[in-house]
Amino acid sequence: MDAANYLYLSALLFTIGAVGVVVRRNAIVVFMCVELMLNAANLAFVTFSRINGDLNGQVIAFFTMVVAACEVVVGLAIIVTIYRSRRSASVDDASLLKR
Amino acid sequence: MINLAISVGQTQTPEAFLFWFLAPLTVAAALGMLLVKKAVHSAILMASVMINLAIFYIAQDALFLGIVQIVVYTGAVMMLFLFILMLVGVDSSDSLTETIAGLRPIAITAAVGFGGLLVSLIGRASIGRDAVGLESANAGGNVKELAKLLFSTYVWPFEVVSALLITAALGAMVLAHHQRIQLRPTQRQLSTERFRGSSLANAAGLPGPGVFARHNAVDVPALLPDGTPAANSINATLEARGDMLNSGVFELGKVDTSAGEEA
Repeated sequence: MDAANYLYLSALLFTIGAVGVVVRRNAIVVFMCVELMLNAANLAFVTFSRINGDLNGQVIAFFTMVVAACEVVVGLAIIVTIYRSRRSASVDDASLLKR
Repeated sequence: MINLAISVGQTQTPEAFLFWFLAPLTVAAALGMLLVKKAVHSAILMASVMINLAIFYIAQDALFLGIVQIVVYTGAVMMLFLFILMLVGVDSSDSLTETIAGLRPIAITAAVGFGGLLVSLIGRASIGRDAVGLESANAGGNVKELAKLLFSTYVWPFEVVSALLITAALGAMVLAHHQRIQLRPTQRQLSTERFRGSSLANAAGLPGPGVFARHNAVDVPALLPDGTPAANSINATLEARGDMLNSGVFELGKVDTSAGEEA
């Protein structure tokens, strides 16, 4: 077994996360699937860092984590705001602009 | 010696065991996250995926990232998710019906295609050499070497990221801020309203719930002297949720006392 197995795992997790974003309707679950995709990308970064013997990949993964944390804070605040005005956390209900 | 050189950077046997034990669990948890109905269960599965990823990071000589993964993701981010879930309502389960016709088959087909493409690409790609491994890069310890990079090459991005964090925190505060539409009534106004309002019925406060000596639970409306239930004696939330009991059975004269005292 070589380090590329981690890349396969990362690709699988990314795909699963992408399906979740499209299929699930609860905004919080959709958001968790986005987090899963970010985590999969991080795993690829860490694996490539090891394959190349270079720590730059790990630094990038570190920055990804910080940006993901920011994204979670703002995203959850948006979900709470939508929930407060529409009493629902479903992404289908926030369709006021459509009509 | 040559064998040793080749095996450096290759996944060693204990790690292979770890990988083949945890990778299926991780994929199963991620799939479960997609399939379970309740958002809380999704969050728990997501936390387990993140812990598994932290173990993978540590197995790949990324000790610092592994710890950060546990502290930041499973510690802070997932707790934030669970906190918001509690706020929005734990039983906010998804309706698993398709709202857009044909979305699910299309999504799954696209996912299989995309995943297949990624996997076949990784399978075909070759860097023409074995993995180098991080033994030399981590010579002074993972944390020390990362810190060297972070505070020399990446010091500007590091500062920018701190600005981003502050902006995100401020943004969340602005978004979550709730503006009062009316002024908060003062105690004086409340008191005036109580004694000089339309009626003096509630001047002494609202009646408490429960039927004296028979049933004192908060979901049973109190009985008025004429035997009718006092609707305003129970919390409006209970009434809205439909958790209100009927106090009629406790009305005077309707209680069956033929069998003696109640147990």
